[in-house]
Amino acid sequence: MQESSRTATAKIEKRSLSARGNTLRRLSPLATVLLLLLIWLWISDREIISPILVPPPADVAAAFADALADGSLAAHSFTTLGEMFYGLLLGVGIGLAIGYAIAKAPVLEHVLSPIIVAFQSTPIVAYAPLLIIWFGTGPASKVVTTAVIVFFPTLVNTIAGVRAVSPNLLDVMRSLDAGRWQIFRLLELPAASPVLLAGLKTSSTLAVIGAVVGEFVNPQRGLGYLVTSARNRYDTPLVYVSVLTMTAIALSLYSLVALVEWRCLSWRRRSLN
Amino acid sequence: MKLSLENLAVAFSDPQGGLLPALGPVSLAVGEDEFVCLIGPSGCGKTTLIRVLAGLQAPTSGIALCDGVPIARPMRGFAIMFQEANLMPWRTVLDNIALPLEVAGVPAANRYKTVRALLPLLQLENFDQAYPAELSGGMAQRVALGRVMVQEPQVWLLDEPFGALDALTREKLSLELLQLRSRTTQIIIMVTHNISEAVLLADRVIVLSPRPGRLVADVRVDLPRPRFPEMIYERDFLRLAKRIRASIDEISG
Ligand SMILES: Nc1ncnc2c1ncn2[C@@H]1O[C@H](COP(=O)(O)OP(=O)(O)O)[C@@H](O)[C@H]1O
Ligand SMILES: [Mg+2]
Repeated sequence: MQESSRTATAKIEKRSLSARGNTLRRLSPLATVLLLLLIWLWISDREIISPILVPPPADVAAAFADALADGSLAAHSFTTLGEMFYGLLLGVGIGLAIGYAIAKAPVLEHVLSPIIVAFQSTPIVAYAPLLIIWFGTGPASKVVTTAVIVFFPTLVNTIAGVRAVSPNLLDVMRSLDAGRWQIFRLLELPAASPVLLAGLKTSSTLAVIGAVVGEFVNPQRGLGYLVTSARNRYDTPLVYVSVLTMTAIALSLYSLVALVEWRCLSWRRRSLN
Repeated sequence: MKLSLENLAVAFSDPQGGLLPALGPVSLAVGEDEFVCLIGPSGCGKTTLIRVLAGLQAPTSGIALCDGVPIARPMRGFAIMFQEANLMPWRTVLDNIALPLEVAGVPAANRYKTVRALLPLLQLENFDQAYPAELSGGMAQRVALGRVMVQEPQVWLLDEPFGALDALTREKLSLELLQLRSRTTQIIIMVTHNISEAVLLADRVIVLSPRPGRLVADVRVDLPRPRFPEMIYERDFLRLAKRIRASIDEISG
């Protein structure tokens, strides 16, 4: 009785300690951002670096307000977000399907690996122009660029995740005479989900890169276009606004997946405690 | 239902490319509602035999039949409890026990009702929302037993089901098993290392030789039913236990 109450107290203490640690950990990135902002202010205030290269935060804020007011920032962001969304859908979807097939039929790996390795080891900027030629100058080519770049981490994680499924649990499902779809839904998907969600986090940040690279190679619309056109006009504050918007999008998407992960993997947190 | 093994043997391929005999050949017929206990040294193929009956392992030679039909895949009405608990770490106790019902397409409300009714018997009432990592070895085994019971099988294949339990829980659960079974006609094939448990529960105790396991003794337990724990002090019980002990000692030299 005493023993258990003592361990209970110890547990509570440990929890409050770790809670304090958590708040600290959560606040520290914010502190880093603030520090960077201060350094930026200081540099532009003293004009240590030319304002063409590092414009003062106030100018950037003004450019941000302008771009917001005339709706251009929203429009370009929306274009990029759309390309990212469809690119993720396509790339993750195909990555999951091919990854699952390879995990279940290792023969496929031998057949497909030359293509996959060749594709993966070529820089995306190198064949992005090719994708423009194939898929046109519209958003489709940017969607495909995004899809290609998110395909690989999805593929690799799907193969690793599905292969790591416990053969003992597979026996349990087989003994219940479960069908293929049931084995996928009730065993393989949940068993692989930690790895899959980790892959999705990587993919979500890569999606921004894919869409923007596509827009750089063929600037029509989107945040990549905004950067290019602002740079051509030496409008450095607008370049900053565009870049920071991309960062915000990447971070939001990453956090969204992290949130999904946190919700889906509660069993893991409890198991690890 | 009737089960029969005819010259059943299983061999596994070894790393050198040869065949390593793991079981048999064994011939055995198990009749309607028989409770059979398998005893044998570890590595003699008990698990392999259970897996063949479960349709998870194909025999290398010979055949396993259920009512004259070869067992080539998991059969309807058979349920297996593995030597390890084999629970899904992302499912709660409740959902782990309910898994067979979910696979069978039983609606959620019904399957939870069925499972909740089983929890007191398994002594898991306060753990329905716990995850497997939060359970002791014995509790995990009880969850695995629940996953078999919920299937209401006609053939129970139990591979050392009470191995991780303390002596008292072990006795309680095994007697519960007997009661459960007395309601309907069921075959139970159970692997155990415990001679007293085997004699107390079974209609027949089969002793297997060291690998590859062959049948060395087939002892009929003619004690009256219902059985109760005090029987282990009776003369007939001791006579049977001694006989089984002797045949085990004989094979292990
Ligand atoms: N999948 C397998 N591959 C190779 N050898 C195996 C495999 N399964 C079991 N064996 C071997 O077969 C023999 C019998 O195993 P098992 O049926 O698990 O024995 P028991 O349950 O009686 O301890 C053992 O020697 C074991 O090493
Ligand atoms: Mg075994």
